[in-house]
Amino acid sequence: MINIVYRLKSPKFFEESIDEIELDGVVVRPTHLSICQADQRYYQGSRPAEILDKKLPMALIHEGIGEVVFDSENNLKSGDKVVMIPNTPFGDDVCRANYSYKSKFRGSGFDGFTSDLIKLESDRVVKLPDDFNNNVSAFIELITVAYQGISRFNEMAITPKDRLGVWGDGNLGYITALLLKEMCPESKVIVFGKHQENLNLFSFADETYRIHDVPKDLVIDHGFECVGSSASQSAIEQIIDLINPQGTINLFGVSEYPIPINTRMVLEKGLTVQGNSRSEREDFVGVVKLLTENPQLFEYLEKLISNVCEINSLNDLKEAFDKDSISKFGKTVLIWNK
Amino acid sequence: MIFAAILAGGIGSRMGGTDTPKQFLDLGNKPVIIHTIEKFVINNKIDKIIVLTPQNFINHTNHLINEYIGENENIVVIEGGETRNDTLINSINYIDEHFGIDDDSIIITHDSVRPFVTHRIIEDNIEAAKRYGACDTVVPATDTIVESINARTIESIPVRDYYYQGQTPQSFNIKKLFNLISSLTEEESNILTDACKIFTLKDEDVYLVEGEVTNIKITYPYDLKLANTILEDRND
Repeated sequence: MINIVYRLKSPKFFEESIDEIELDGVVVRPTHLSICQADQRYYQGSRPAEILDKKLPMALIHEGIGEVVFDSENNLKSGDKVVMIPNTPFGDDVCRANYSYKSKFRGSGFDGFTSDLIKLESDRVVKLPDDFNNNVSAFIELITVAYQGISRFNEMAITPKDRLGVWGDGNLGYITALLLKEMCPESKVIVFGKHQENLNLFSFADETYRIHDVPKDLVIDHGFECVGSSASQSAIEQIIDLINPQGTINLFGVSEYPIPINTRMVLEKGLTVQGNSRSEREDFVGVVKLLTENPQLFEYLEKLISNVCEINSLNDLKEAFDKDSISKFGKTVLIWNK
Repeated sequence: MIFAAILAGGIGSRMGGTDTPKQFLDLGNKPVIIHTIEKFVINNKIDKIIVLTPQNFINHTNHLINEYIGENENIVVIEGGETRNDTLINSINYIDEHFGIDDDSIIITHDSVRPFVTHRIIEDNIEAAKRYGACDTVVPATDTIVESINARTIESIPVRDYYYQGQTPQSFNIKKLFNLISSLTEEESNILTDACKIFTLKDEDVYLVEGEVTNIKITYPYDLKLANTILEDRND
């Protein structure tokens, strides 16, 4: 079937293009989408020129929900609310599919969600309860990345989990700290950030500190780096300083630059460093269950929404990206009417 | 109930160079009309799709539907009329005969040669027809509109901001549409080539649904060539 896809042709320039989809899976009409930093890097053209050359034109956005239009297997009803899974495996692998070279990712390896309709394999959608907040649900994918990392941390950590440190006072830091409070209820969650006005929003955390104002005797058992970019270096350095022996360092922040790490102290303390990126179906199922059982989380997550933009035209989409790029904190949600 | 009428009654006199009506020519690997019907087939809100073709193309259309879409009891192919209005009346008569016309039923009428219609446009049509009784799909005019009565000199140049280009679907409350068509004089019938115009002539509001620049009508050989080029380009 013919489908209209709205692709980024070159930085800051979207265009309509025509695609064809087969009717052998689930067809979803996107309703609420959310902009991620990765989308913003394509839009602004801040990825290396050869990457842009290779990947564009491509539809952006890998965070979003929609309504089922058609399901070839009739498991889902037309109108069912679903969250879409951007990671798409093309063959089995020995590792988790979100780390497999055999997987492609929406808005990175192939078209993201800015289109009239989206065709997905039936295991690439997870049904949402009707009463889920749509604007928050738009960025469930981001929540699943934190969930995935925390689940793997829980499997890996061997020392006590009394004091968990989260570095970063942005979106991912907020979500990771919030999920740690739910998923590790016995632990104290301590947040380290640069901006006091952001840290003030972390009211659910046990302690918050500005990174330059940390008590000398403070220690943590495990660290979560949610900073990214070149600032990852100083965050990792501080984690290594404050962490107890045999702790784990869980990396979430994406950086365009290689980050030096003090391996001498990693060896001396016997630390484990684990990278985290993307997520898989079980993480989406896990987050939907977590949110269903803990509806109060929606209230906290709603605080993250800084812009809600209605998209009726490609110009609206452009304006939403521009607005998002100047927001210092929070998520931009797109009400997709295009 | 919600009905879709796919208007494939025209014989494509403007297409040139071929005897096959344009809706039956291939776009990519399927006939244009199949691409168009598919858009309505996946919309679960639509109870019945009525495809109206010239009498001698009914069997052909049925074969195509069976080949590309498969047996589908929600699709029926019937004969269109001489004019667009006649075709529309045939679809209403079919509905009246087989389902009856109640106060809430709506009909989405769509050109079979607009295969790039989006799901969003169809949804917005359903919503607007239910709410307002009539709607037309339009895009803002981009070219300057020039009015000339004698085809030699300009009569006027209207303010472009007030002008739109009509696309389809056009959707209506069936009862309202039926009553208005029935009230037309023969003279009115002859000049009213557009269903929305019937509404405006009778002082009934027609709501605007935003179309898409991609929702083009395949009228000329150039359009089909262009559409095929765009479609072939999709995976580059």
